[in-house]
Amino acid sequence: MNAELPRRAWLRQNAAAVAGLVFGGAATAATRRAASPHRLVWQIDPKKCVQCGRCMTNCVLVPSAVKCVHNFDQCGYCRLCFGYFDPGATELTTAAENQMCPTGAIRRRFIEPPYYEYSIVEDLCTGCGKCVKGCTTFGNGSLQLQILHHRCVQCNECAIARRCPAQAIHRVPVEHAYRMKSQAASVTATWRHKEDGPAHA
Amino acid sequence: MPKRSRIWAWSWTLVVAASVLVASGVQRFPKPDFRSGYTVPQYTPPAVERTAAREWLDVGLLTGGLVLAGYFALARRSRRGLWILSVASLVWFGLVRKGCVCPVGSIQNVVLGLVSPADGIPWTVAGIFLLPLVAALVVGRVFCAGVCPLGAIQDLVIFRWRPLPLWLRQFLGMIPPTYLAFAVANVAVGAGFWICRYDPFVGLFRRSGPAGLIALGWILLLIGTVVPRPYCRFLCPYGVLLGWCSQLSRRHLTISPDQCIQCRLCEESCPFDAIRVPTPPHPDRAAARRRMVYALVLAPAWVVLGAVAGWAAADPLAAKVHPDCALAAELRTEESTGKKEQSWETRVFRASGRPLEQAEEADRDARRRLRRAWAWAGAWVGGVFAVRRIALGRRSELADYVPDRGQCLSCGRCFAYCPREYVRLGELDGIRGQP
Repeated sequence: MNAELPRRAWLRQNAAAVAGLVFGGAATAATRRAASPHRLVWQIDPKKCVQCGRCMTNCVLVPSAVKCVHNFDQCGYCRLCFGYFDPGATELTTAAENQMCPTGAIRRRFIEPPYYEYSIVEDLCTGCGKCVKGCTTFGNGSLQLQILHHRCVQCNECAIARRCPAQAIHRVPVEHAYRMKSQAASVTATWRHKEDGPAHA
Repeated sequence: MPKRSRIWAWSWTLVVAASVLVASGVQRFPKPDFRSGYTVPQYTPPAVERTAAREWLDVGLLTGGLVLAGYFALARRSRRGLWILSVASLVWFGLVRKGCVCPVGSIQNVVLGLVSPADGIPWTVAGIFLLPLVAALVVGRVFCAGVCPLGAIQDLVIFRWRPLPLWLRQFLGMIPPTYLAFAVANVAVGAGFWICRYDPFVGLFRRSGPAGLIALGWILLLIGTVVPRPYCRFLCPYGVLLGWCSQLSRRHLTISPDQCIQCRLCEESCPFDAIRVPTPPHPDRAAARRRMVYALVLAPAWVVLGAVAGWAAADPLAAKVHPDCALAAELRTEESTGKKEQSWETRVFRASGRPLEQAEEADRDARRRLRRAWAWAGAWVGGVFAVRRIALGRRSELADYVPDRGQCLSCGRCFAYCPREYVRLGELDGIRGQP
């Protein structure tokens, strides 16, 4: 390599220092301006969810990282469970044609007449949200779509969030990685606070 | 009050009461009293796999990988070491970690963190963005050769190559800065993460993804057999930043371990056309100077042209780029055809009861910001183009074969072509290594 002029070397060193400062400063500023640099994960707000079915089709994973979960605490143990039974069901039996779920991912367990306990077989659920629609429309809404965090690969831009018509998917602090409907109110409140807080500061 | 309206009033009260109940979290159907002693189970969702420790581990591995790559490229001068490191990085950062967040995509997180305080980034992401750039400032683009999984997957398929003509390299080389500028502009106006959306290889790492992108990944790999590393050289937006840092790097990989003997053996060793060859002084210096003056005078014109092009392109493309503009366009179509609620987006908007004017307002606002951001992006691209034209006409004082610091990915393929390398290794007599 030919010997460089000292002047050029000096210029280059200064330019390198400036470049380092610019990139370092940008990265630091991007960190510092957060209210508190939370680690964030994607999650669905079930209160905003309209069960459009895109969670099943738009995830980069097949099958989707979105699954139906059953928050038993909210369940009304309806005799005619609209999450389990198809509206056109002729009998309230476990026959496939009577079930809402296209993959038979909802299992029911007899408790006592006339109550059954419904649970989701995670491996069978495709996240289509049909049962969620039934339960939300006619029941308590204890069946909810959630992004399961042992499946989600945390894309930098969630492919479902981008196509969600209700904008129900946001990044949430990892401490509140799930947003069950009963808790959604409080979680949303903290999230809103975080969104608004520093903007006015 | 007539009977009919009283019934209406009652049912409305019921509906309102029901919605208030649901909204306040009180259940529509209370839980029954079980007589069999059944207790309601508690649902516990699966734990978050991405712990803080795991993220810091990745930052640590990235740092270690960069140090190792620098060691292999500069101190040890080992192509094999770099190759093993890049395969290990492909396995870990690509196939095991499946992509996100990577330094290439982290540009967008940094920009988003800068423009919207609510989306401030964690230190781990800041580190992932910064570490390869710092490494490039010290030892050049060792990240590209040793650590980047996107680079590694392309490096593995290189089969044979021919030097690309300069004009084609210059032309294709304008794509990365353009991509970078418009991706940054889009993040700044809330139009999404385009670099991640069109990442051609992450789908291959995950073995699932949109069919079009998987196909694009395979096509790029196929092209990469004869035009080595097409994504790195002619698309990668992070490569632009790395190239700048590498231009200014304190040290850099060298072709010869000590001195160039001008044997020309390395001339065609570089698959990426990143070796600068000694050029004789220009025969017609007056003409060269005239061209330089033209390039300098025309520079502001390129900037203005870029800005105007960006500004003009924003409006027609807004509905394809920004979600707010897309929604407003759909609503307008529905209003004009009379067919309402044709898509989920419009259905949700209409169900929310917000006036149409609100969507129009959001559309106007988004368009205004998009025009401004794209004008800046266009001006910047014009500036880059102008600077490159000036650099092309610059008088070269090169006497030896050296790597082009901006383009060189520090892969170390040229080592094996240099006779002086064999002298260093003691495999060749020093005298015969001389011309």
